[in-house]
Amino acid sequence: MFVYYVELALRSLTRNKVVTVLMIMTLALGIGASIATLTLFNLLSGDPIPEKSGKLFYPQIDPRMTQADGDEIPNLMTYTDAMNLLRANRAERQVVTALTWTKVKQNAAESHPFFTAALMTTTDFFPMFDTPFRYGGGWSRVDEERREPVVVIGDQLNEKLFKGDNSVGQVLRIGDHDFRIVGVLKPWSLQPRFYTSLLGSRNYGDGTSMFLPLFTARADLMSPVSVNCFDASADTTKLESAGCLWLGFWAELPSESAVKDYKAFLNNYVREQIALGRMRRSTFELRDVMQWLRYIHVVPDNVRVQTGLAFGFLLICIVNTVGLLLSKCLRRSQEIGVRRALGASRKAIFAQFMVEASIIGVAGGVLGLVFAELGVWGIRHQPAEYAKLAHLDLGMFAFTFVMALVASLLAGIVPAWRASVLAPSLQLKST
Amino acid sequence: MEIRPIFSSLLRHHRVPSILIMLEIALACAVLCNAMFMTFERLTDINLPNAIDESGISIINIQGADPTKVNDDIPRNLSALRELPGVKAVSVTNTVPVSRDGEYTAFSTKPGQDVNDKSNVITAEYLIAANGEKALGLQLTQGRFFNEDEYAAGKLVGSFMPQGHAIIITRSLAERMWHGQSVLGKVLYFGNQFSYTVVGVVENVLRPSRGGGGDDAIYYSSFLPIAPSDSSLQYYVVRSDPNDRQRIMRDGKEALARLSPGAVIDGQSFTDMRSEFFDDNRSLVWMLLLVCAVMVAVTAVGIVGLTNFWVGQRRKHIGVRRALGATRWHILHYFQTENFILSSAGVALGMGLAYGINMYLMQHYEMTRMPWLFLPGGAIALWVTGQLAVLGPALRASFVPPVSAIRST
Repeated sequence: MFVYYVELALRSLTRNKVVTVLMIMTLALGIGASIATLTLFNLLSGDPIPEKSGKLFYPQIDPRMTQADGDEIPNLMTYTDAMNLLRANRAERQVVTALTWTKVKQNAAESHPFFTAALMTTTDFFPMFDTPFRYGGGWSRVDEERREPVVVIGDQLNEKLFKGDNSVGQVLRIGDHDFRIVGVLKPWSLQPRFYTSLLGSRNYGDGTSMFLPLFTARADLMSPVSVNCFDASADTTKLESAGCLWLGFWAELPSESAVKDYKAFLNNYVREQIALGRMRRSTFELRDVMQWLRYIHVVPDNVRVQTGLAFGFLLICIVNTVGLLLSKCLRRSQEIGVRRALGASRKAIFAQFMVEASIIGVAGGVLGLVFAELGVWGIRHQPAEYAKLAHLDLGMFAFTFVMALVASLLAGIVPAWRASVLAPSLQLKST
Repeated sequence: MEIRPIFSSLLRHHRVPSILIMLEIALACAVLCNAMFMTFERLTDINLPNAIDESGISIINIQGADPTKVNDDIPRNLSALRELPGVKAVSVTNTVPVSRDGEYTAFSTKPGQDVNDKSNVITAEYLIAANGEKALGLQLTQGRFFNEDEYAAGKLVGSFMPQGHAIIITRSLAERMWHGQSVLGKVLYFGNQFSYTVVGVVENVLRPSRGGGGDDAIYYSSFLPIAPSDSSLQYYVVRSDPNDRQRIMRDGKEALARLSPGAVIDGQSFTDMRSEFFDDNRSLVWMLLLVCAVMVAVTAVGIVGLTNFWVGQRRKHIGVRRALGATRWHILHYFQTENFILSSAGVALGMGLAYGINMYLMQHYEMTRMPWLFLPGGAIALWVTGQLAVLGPALRASFVPPVSAIRST
């Protein structure tokens, strides 16, 4: 029966080519636009570190003496608080982060200096975020305490400076001092790069090019990109003691109970600080990676708007397809009348028209894929930081067809139902 | 033209297709109104006025120079740039508008106000060295620019805020701080430590980056005088004739590179900087316009398809009317009126929907209220689309010969 319906559908579709083409085009445009924007949306709202995102937590506390309880808690920490939490060592691992913008030069005399963003962080960073090393490794706690001038560089910087060779042991001039390379990463770029969100860098795109031990970098007077002082008298040349927020903090908490314990610890810490007269508010936050990303609205509003718009457009395309299908199938009232008179049941007529709709869906899906590729190509040529990342993957590829089929079946219901309820005798007589 | 027969025909015989056309127009209208409004907002954003000499300014940015030599370097760099032929004015600042590299201060009109208080106004802080007003081309509307003493007194001592007591603010900030009052001589405070007397008001200048705080917030900027002796002053502002910018930037970069061999020097015309800043908006505008155009086209195709089908279905009916004396015009008008009725119903529904979508977006995103004019705007666009789309099928209908009445299809 199915094959027969397909044959009937194909015959009907080729009979009125213009309408068929219009239906397929309409559906394909809607599908293409939705898939292209959805690809981008998925890309931007995805989990940057799926195997660990539920175990990495971002605590927030409020060191400001004057804030009301309903106010939002600052996103960054003071040095004092960050160090207290780091030294307390209550999580499996904990790291402090800040970004700096610094001059880099190779030791060769003829090389030109350039500026790059570097992450100032602490020892645990590398095991905590599972950074893959190509050569060498992270620095040790001893290096860190001794303020050793060591650096870990990313794959891209290694390509640029050392053509991808093993550069461990080489020396780079960073700021005004020499730093020894101890580790080189494999290509590693989390999307979004959640560990630098709000530290003053972009959220998407290439990975971090350089990692410096925080204490060494600060001893060399490298300053953070993003500083927010809540104290008018803050001395910004002495950020370690000033009332300024400039550090991010991540804690690795491997289990539910660890999270619970850490919350209790934070609660104690905040109360202790209040007792010491350093703080006023007892509220704090502890968010995991995905909660944190949602909280800071990492997906740009422009992208959300585009996605919403594309789905609105898809809805219009579906309604439009309904109209065209309806006009097409009602025009065949006589044919339906004949079939009904010859014994076809309502169900059979309904099935026949749904098959016809789904053929349009499949064709719309194929063409929609072409439009989606075009759309993604368009996104790649947008002047946005995430532009280069956009591509259609296999999942989206399959989803395009599912979506096209669902859309066409939805569009087919009303026309097929209308066709199936036509009274056979009336249709035969009317001619 | 009698409307009643059309109505009853639609309601009695063509309910489903009528509802579909209505729905299509309603959805298109809802999306179109909002998309046009967004386009309008982004275009307004892209074209925000900025009262500096945008087309005459080149920015030369110097990073990584030896901070200990800054006292000698800055005056030397300034004079090197000043000597380039065609340069009208040169100064150095901590940042420039739309550079995305800004410093902000929470100013209050009350002394000793807590700097975290919500009533404070977050203001961009432009530290400008002598001649800054000339190099940028600031437009004074009240008061005066800084004098030499004020420039010399401006020093950063372990703070983002300079010593010194003079400030020039933008018209929007003046309005925000002291609505309607005279502002010259009024004082802005930052905590207990810093106070600045307003000596002048300039026409609105954009901030280094966007940021919340209402429509005018992008204009909450202030200018503070500073002595040319701080390593945070990295933006050299060079003003010239627009045609000289390329040459001046090239020669200026070369000159500074010779003077500070270890530094990294970049140059960009302000026009390019501004265009880069609004790039994302520009691409969104194109995308919105494209979607609007395709959407209207799709809606038109839908109307053509359904009306065509209708005409085919009603050949006999048309033939009878023609035989009974209706002219071609009557038939044409019949279909046009029919479309107009359906469009009107769709548009009415669509405007309500558009309003709803706008409300939703306002609640969940940083979206402002859509001016009501966009509703009739979208409505008219779809009325016109409907009428144009129906024209072809209606004309075809009007050419149905009266003899069809007696022929079986």
